[in-house]
Amino acid sequence: MTAPSPRRQFAATTTALLDERPDLALVWAEISGQYFGDAVRRHPERVVNVGIREQLLVDVGAGMALAGMRPVVHTIGSFLVERAFEQVKLGFAHQAVGGVLVGSGGSFDVAAGGRTHQSPGDVALLDTVPGMHVHAPGTAAETDDVLRRVVTGAGLHYVRVVEQVNDAAFPADGHLHVVRRGAGATVVALGPVLDAVLAATADRDVSVLYSATVRPLDVTTLVSVAGAQPVPEVVLVEPWYAGTSARVVADALRDRPSRLLALGVRREEVRRYGTPAEHVAAHGLDAPGLRASLDAFLG
Amino acid sequence: MTTTATAPTRLGYDDLPRLISLMTGDEKHDAAATSTLDVLWVLYDQVLRVDPDHPDDPGRDRFLLSKGHGPMAYYATLVAQGFFPESWLADWASFDSRLGHHPDRVLVPGVEIGSGSLGHGLPLALGVTLGLRAGGNPARVVVLVGDAELDEGSNAEALAVAAALGTENLTVVVVDNGSASYGVPGRIAERFATEGWAVTTVDGRDHRALAPALSARSAARPSAVVAEVRS
Repeated sequence: MTAPSPRRQFAATTTALLDERPDLALVWAEISGQYFGDAVRRHPERVVNVGIREQLLVDVGAGMALAGMRPVVHTIGSFLVERAFEQVKLGFAHQAVGGVLVGSGGSFDVAAGGRTHQSPGDVALLDTVPGMHVHAPGTAAETDDVLRRVVTGAGLHYVRVVEQVNDAAFPADGHLHVVRRGAGATVVALGPVLDAVLAATADRDVSVLYSATVRPLDVTTLVSVAGAQPVPEVVLVEPWYAGTSARVVADALRDRPSRLLALGVRREEVRRYGTPAEHVAAHGLDAPGLRASLDAFLG
Repeated sequence: MTTTATAPTRLGYDDLPRLISLMTGDEKHDAAATSTLDVLWVLYDQVLRVDPDHPDDPGRDRFLLSKGHGPMAYYATLVAQGFFPESWLADWASFDSRLGHHPDRVLVPGVEIGSGSLGHGLPLALGVTLGLRAGGNPARVVVLVGDAELDEGSNAEALAVAAALGTENLTVVVVDNGSASYGVPGRIAERFATEGWAVTTVDGRDHRALAPALSARSAARPSAVVAEVRS
């Protein structure tokens, strides 16, 4: 089965929501325009292309929120979050208005494009913004689910839409889902790393938890599952900078001794092109790479 | 305007120096040294449709102070217009005060944006204008920027798009006190005109010139008022 593209799903869901909600706006900056034709035709006042102007992109979305609209703001993650970070911090968070920021590309989609189009630091950066919710849907269905929830809801959200996908979809209800229950360590898969995690742990007696909701992270379920071990062993797998969520896990387990292995994208630039799969492997996030890390940590 | 038995005395332009001195602590402080003073006063006294008793009225005109530095004239004007009490001014910028060296919309009635970092007001104002337009709201949006603030590249992004989208309810007032490095005489007005804005240049101290310039709108294009302040 060919999995549908989460980015196309983002466009389809947003187009449908624009029909349903007269207070919804879509602001974009050339990127993904090939998917927005219907939305532009049907809602020219609420679907605004600002051209290649990312600072403006984010502040226009924030300004529309100040005027009472619910804005969806989209471009490639690196330009949305890193280039226009102060607009996110001041235009949205400091003004105390909400919106939905949808960044595409993530860490690996544009592998052949090189570093300029990759944003493995987006989640860590947005983690500095008070009140920011972060979502990393792992399938097209989860992308649809996340968008419907956050567009209808309130607050400030980042939705990280990438083309790597998991086989199974889970409700994007904010909870860590117990995919597998074991007696040993607890492996937490965030976003589209679940298939590799399941493959890497197939012959181990571990628990596997999964969520598309990165912030706030469901530490209640985490502590409940990991707390079954006398000294909890937690392995965190996230497809952006390694350790981004380690502070949250460490804080949740601060009342007891525990061991934590935080896996993710390495900080140094790889300076290679190629395919997303090659980059996933280069950062040790494919099944063999994860297995090697688990073997070293768990013995 | 609502009439009540305890309606506060409405203050006027002549009260602004005294109000500003409550913040500066300098009784000899010359309010005219504040370049934005006359533009702000004319806007609130003659141009904007805002109601201090209903500062969140959805139909109100929006005024965005992009240049958040030196907000004394802004605070003094808001006090004079009745948005918050004069008593707030004395301890401004203290830990317990709602008034800082840059304004915060969450803390101060009538303040539309928190500003301080330059180059956000005009892009935000364009978004507000588009949001109001999409909702069928005819309110105006006026944003005050400084001439040096226009050096921020984010303004260039907004300037082009605002004109292209025909945002006739958007007005930018540039308080030009010649403070930009590498400034070129006349360039500000030319930039706006080149992008398709309706542009007027006036004496930023002359209330009789400011009022019509700030009130004017042009069909299907945004307006820019360059208010020159040289003294």
